[in-house]
Amino acid sequence: MTTETETLVRPAPAPPGKRRRPGTALRRLRSIGKHTMLAALSLVMIYPLIWLLVSSFKPNSEIFRDLSVFTTDLTAENYANGWNDLQFPFSVFIVNSSIIALGAIVGNLVSCSLAAYAFARLKFRGRNLMFAIMLGSIMLPFQVLMVPQFLIFKELGWLNTILPLVAPKFLATDAFFVFLMVQFIRSLPKEIFEAARIDGAGHFRSYLQITLPLIVPALATTAIFTFIWTWGDFFGPLVYLRLPETWPVSVALKGYLDAQSSSDYGSMFAMSVVSLLPMFLVFLFGQRFLIKGVATTGIK
Amino acid sequence: MSSLGELRTMAAKRRKGGPRVKERYPDNKAAYLFLLPWIIGLLGLTVGPMIASLYLSFTEYNLFQPPQWIGLDNFTAMFGDERFWNSFRVTVVYVLVGVPVQLVLALGLAMLLDKGLRGLPFYRSVFYLPSLMGGSVAIAILWRQVFGKDGLVNGVLAWFGFDGPGWIGHPDFALGTLIVLNVWTFGSPMVIFLAGLRQIPEMFYEAASIDGAGRVRQFFSVTLPLLTPIVFFNLVLQIIFAFQAFTQAYVVSGGTGGPADSTMFYTLLLYKEAFTELDMGYASAMAWFLVVVVAAFTAINFWLSKYWVFYDD
Repeated sequence: MTTETETLVRPAPAPPGKRRRPGTALRRLRSIGKHTMLAALSLVMIYPLIWLLVSSFKPNSEIFRDLSVFTTDLTAENYANGWNDLQFPFSVFIVNSSIIALGAIVGNLVSCSLAAYAFARLKFRGRNLMFAIMLGSIMLPFQVLMVPQFLIFKELGWLNTILPLVAPKFLATDAFFVFLMVQFIRSLPKEIFEAARIDGAGHFRSYLQITLPLIVPALATTAIFTFIWTWGDFFGPLVYLRLPETWPVSVALKGYLDAQSSSDYGSMFAMSVVSLLPMFLVFLFGQRFLIKGVATTGIK
Repeated sequence: MSSLGELRTMAAKRRKGGPRVKERYPDNKAAYLFLLPWIIGLLGLTVGPMIASLYLSFTEYNLFQPPQWIGLDNFTAMFGDERFWNSFRVTVVYVLVGVPVQLVLALGLAMLLDKGLRGLPFYRSVFYLPSLMGGSVAIAILWRQVFGKDGLVNGVLAWFGFDGPGWIGHPDFALGTLIVLNVWTFGSPMVIFLAGLRQIPEMFYEAASIDGAGRVRQFFSVTLPLLTPIVFFNLVLQIIFAFQAFTQAYVVSGGTGGPADSTMFYTLLLYKEAFTELDMGYASAMAWFLVVVVAAFTAINFWLSKYWVFYDD
């Protein structure tokens, strides 16, 4: 099991040799067919996103009158309107979302790497049981924790602050990332840790100066996923952030749906694009880590 | 390979037993220090709340008066409530249709993309992108318009001469649009399958080829059996996650679960009971019922896995 995972973390390059040689006409035809199918499916998959993007630049009256994405009649007016459509300018929500995401990233990086180091490198009583509990907690529906957690954070006076969304991340509640890092640390050569120990490094030094620099890819994966999840998270803010000035982008967007005299689709689309843009950029530059992360732990 | 595989191996090791010597635990103190945040989180944000919500499920509690013990009343009320069963049905349909369709598509695409296909990184990215964004409010908003009366889907149908309904607003189709949205996010299981396919040693195919197995035979005798642990892992996790789907149903239905409660997911009803009706006791009872159902589905999955999942150990 373990060895399998290690190779998953660092996938071996695909074997170069094909089982059959290409070249025959039949084979070429099959390849063309395959690519046509894949290209068609790609288009179906991605078309709604392209339509969203193009529509966000169309005058309101045109969006549903002409559904095609080929148009020359483009305007940025939806963005200008949408930005100030709610009680607060959209920049407020972007700042809120960014603060929450940043806090969550720092929390996950610190707490999950600490726990992962213990699980992967240290021998202690109850390790197997705790590790099993940690993995099992991934499968627990969070709804069963929702009400009591709300009561706890309400007692603490944390409603309408970002603390209910950020503080738990400092307690390694996202077990996925602990698991991801455990797998990564286990795949490192043991000799490195041996050498550090012989040179007199204690566990904290070994964690800080040996482990952390070596698991940077796992840390990057964690940071990227945490960003995408917290940026997109709707449920947490919906429960804990009731004041419009505390809203992150996700809840603010929902606000457009409620407030809008349902005809101003243009600005709703424009702000949807704004909200997706950071996710898209992270996807563009962090793809490598995302795909490895998914392959290793099965997270979305 | 996965968190599930890990649990399985640990269970196997545990059965075998082993020496329990004190010297095996030289790092107790350091380990508990490293684990301190996690332990605090486990006790304070997971175990404690689990016990609390179990207690609350036997009480009537509205945040303002202290909880009143009412025994099984929440559960009898729940099981007698047509709305509760409706939300349960809606969710089970979503899970039982959405997850298999999503996984079959993911597996099929992974097979197509496997082994040095030209343009693999491109296709992989295009198919993966929706699964990153699929849970966001922006996509749910987009979905309302794509499946609206004048939306994209009906625009395409109009080319073929069909006059489509307003899918989102129609009780018979609204749930379907959410299932399609879930299927649209097949990219992440696909990436997991792709990684799994790469683990299958080339020599197995060579051996099969020498034995005269064609491509179809190779798929059913080599690829599929070796991939079953990963299919199983995906099935278990996707079912668990699908039971908890919330954002899409909430936003697409405008927070109502409509039309005619046709998208009133279990989690949506639970949220309303807790935070709109402030019936925390009833909501806790619903949450525990969800835990039992998810556990039952998972247990059934594990039990069935004996018959179709292939482990080569």
